[in-house]
Amino acid sequence: MKPKFLVGGAVIALALGYMIWAGVTQSAVYFVTPSELTAAPVAGKAYRLGGLVERGSLKWNPATLDLAFSVSDGKTAVPVRHKGTAPDLFGEGRGAVVEGQWTREGYFKATLILAKHSEEYQAPHPTKDAPPKRILDTLEAPPR
Amino acid sequence: MIPEIGTGVLLVALALAVYGAVVAAVGGRRGRPALVQSAQHAALGVFALLTAALLLLIYAFLTFDFSVRYVASNTNLGTPFYYRITAVWGALEGSIVLWAWMLGLYTLIVVLRHRTTARELYPWVLAVMLGVLAFFVLVMTVPAPVFTRMAPVPADGRGLNPLLEDSGMITHPVALYLGFTGFTVPFAFAIAALVTGRVGDFWITTTRRWTIVAWYFLSLGLLIGGWWSYHVLGWGGYWAWDPVENAAFMPWLTATALLHSVMVQERRRMLRLWNLALVVLTFSLTLFGTFLTRSGVIASVHAFTQGTIGVFFLGFLAVVVLVALALIAWRWDVLGAQGELDSVISRESAFLLNNVMLVAATFTVFFGTVFPLLAEAVRGEKVSVGAPFFNQVNVPLFLSLIFLMGVGPLIAWRRASLENLKRNFLGPVIVGVAAAALFRLLGVGSVLVAGSLALTLFVAACIAVDLFRAVRARRAMGERALPALGGLLLRHNRRYGGFVVHLAVLVVAVGVTGSQTWSVHTETTLKQGEQAELAGYRIRFEGLRESQESNHGKVTGTFTVLNGKAAGTVLEPAKKFYPQEQSPIAYVDYRLGLIDDIYLVLGDFARDGTSVTVKIQVNRMVSWIWLGGVVLTLGTLLSVLPERRKAA
Repeated sequence: MKPKFLVGGAVIALALGYMIWAGVTQSAVYFVTPSELTAAPVAGKAYRLGGLVERGSLKWNPATLDLAFSVSDGKTAVPVRHKGTAPDLFGEGRGAVVEGQWTREGYFKATLILAKHSEEYQAPHPTKDAPPKRILDTLEAPPR
Repeated sequence: MIPEIGTGVLLVALALAVYGAVVAAVGGRRGRPALVQSAQHAALGVFALLTAALLLLIYAFLTFDFSVRYVASNTNLGTPFYYRITAVWGALEGSIVLWAWMLGLYTLIVVLRHRTTARELYPWVLAVMLGVLAFFVLVMTVPAPVFTRMAPVPADGRGLNPLLEDSGMITHPVALYLGFTGFTVPFAFAIAALVTGRVGDFWITTTRRWTIVAWYFLSLGLLIGGWWSYHVLGWGGYWAWDPVENAAFMPWLTATALLHSVMVQERRRMLRLWNLALVVLTFSLTLFGTFLTRSGVIASVHAFTQGTIGVFFLGFLAVVVLVALALIAWRWDVLGAQGELDSVISRESAFLLNNVMLVAATFTVFFGTVFPLLAEAVRGEKVSVGAPFFNQVNVPLFLSLIFLMGVGPLIAWRRASLENLKRNFLGPVIVGVAAAALFRLLGVGSVLVAGSLALTLFVAACIAVDLFRAVRARRAMGERALPALGGLLLRHNRRYGGFVVHLAVLVVAVGVTGSQTWSVHTETTLKQGEQAELAGYRIRFEGLRESQESNHGKVTGTFTVLNGKAAGTVLEPAKKFYPQEQSPIAYVDYRLGLIDDIYLVLGDFARDGTSVTVKIQVNRMVSWIWLGGVVLTLGTLLSVLPERRKAA
């Protein structure tokens, strides 16, 4: 009886080891900063690019759903393109992590934009404590 | 005054818990009932004090006592009444208060239930419970003090995280913590069994119900967490293999293994050592999860508060593991198996395989979660593995587990004869194979999807065969079908409660398979009056409006579904603007259905209000997952009912 179980256990362990190895090699994502990426970009490799969204770089075209911005680490900035709206908490001058690939055309094609959600907040500035001004510019008061 | 009273209460509770733990242990060692009695009083005292601390904190929240830093950080004058109460566990410090209070409650129940029935184990159980409790109260006083004062006292607080203003967040942490803390009881019994040397079957049968209850709450916590993620976060998913989710999932996997391996020990006196190890592992994983999520060693989307608390948990985890290992080594000679595995084709073998698969799944989840740490330490690279890794590795494991779920309960103990196999499985195998063939013929999904669905049908057929046969036997004795079924469920509630839970797992599995396979989504910009179409649904954008709520402003888009079963449904996704937030928070609107959920997220809008960018999703069969939670609840209730099996 015993050897049978040993063989069975070994088979399971080997299968599991293989699955883990295959899984890791196929789905590894490399964290890089903009400087690291520009130093040695590999087109087609899966990256997570982290940095600040550069001020003044954000362009959003609602008609085509094209979102473009630059992620910077203070030294280098990498142009990023994404299809679709950005998640909540995303904005210029704030940190962002984008997942995707470097393209031969010289930009980072993001498939996923990650925004951290935190359970605690920064204190509001005293000046910002007033209720927000009208958000929509021209809309009338709600009809109901 | 509240902060000072609160801190005082906690310090007394700490002293009392330490005293109780020591006295209970000494009482157990020397056989002095008076000391154990004293520890019992200490346990009652600790529970009363923790209740007082919790009530003080709730009171501070209800009265907007911003002199307490924690209150000021997690509420403001606009926070609605209910969310002021639930804000108590809206962040780290308060979560620990709730956690410790629940542990105190469980300790109280242990005292009430087991003080006369578990004579020899009891003092040590009490000592361990109070020891763990002392650790949590220590955390509440040193690294995560909840009653810290704030000076100067602000006029208004910062407010609760808007994402936590949701019914899911009221219940999710409560269920999760009831699960986590619940595993302390089996752990305490395991340690008591090792210390006293009474490692027989008594401790494990005594804690069976405890394990089921803790397991149930943990399951519920995971499901509610998925529901919260689905309807609040606006990405249309319910599980992302995030480290925080994995942290709660790992103890669930090992506890599931334990629930099954316990039956093998009860029936065949095997797996003693294995069961002890599983209990210790499950409890350790609940601590590890807290360490992982609170220490900041792993980047997570959830970004909890970080601090020295991680070190406390790591230290405590080390103590727990070392003590347990030392005790196991000390009792090694009495832990040997008494039963032997007779045949590979048997129920105990099916259970064993189930355990191997569950522990393998635990290992892969653990490996994937800590992989970034390993990669950085070994190769100096910052690498992580995402959802594809977890899915790829776990899908085969989970499919094997579902298969075993059909086989395990029906196959014979010891050695299954060919006759037994044919009698039980011929029908279900035919059902499964026929279903697979039919699905392929109809072009339902890929081979994997058709196979998975056929597999769930095979398991369902196994359950049906068993029920049908039992009902037929009772009908032969003159009972009618329905009363026979009812009587069966109640008389053999443990067995059939388990079956109902299996059914719940099948329902969840179908939901996961369906939603991963058939959900579709699109994103588009619409002008007022324009329509979008997805999966046959036409959806029209009617307009935008702005409103002011108690603690936030809101821009709401109105959309109408124009055709199909959902025709006329008005959906109103919104963007909420909280003054304490730098950017708006999306508010999802959806129409749930048994097959199709229509799910809208407002992505962006033109400031003149004439156009919006909207994410439209038609998510398939997600509701089955929540439905599975309901079935799970029924099954668990059935299985923890007192057994009614008498001479019928």
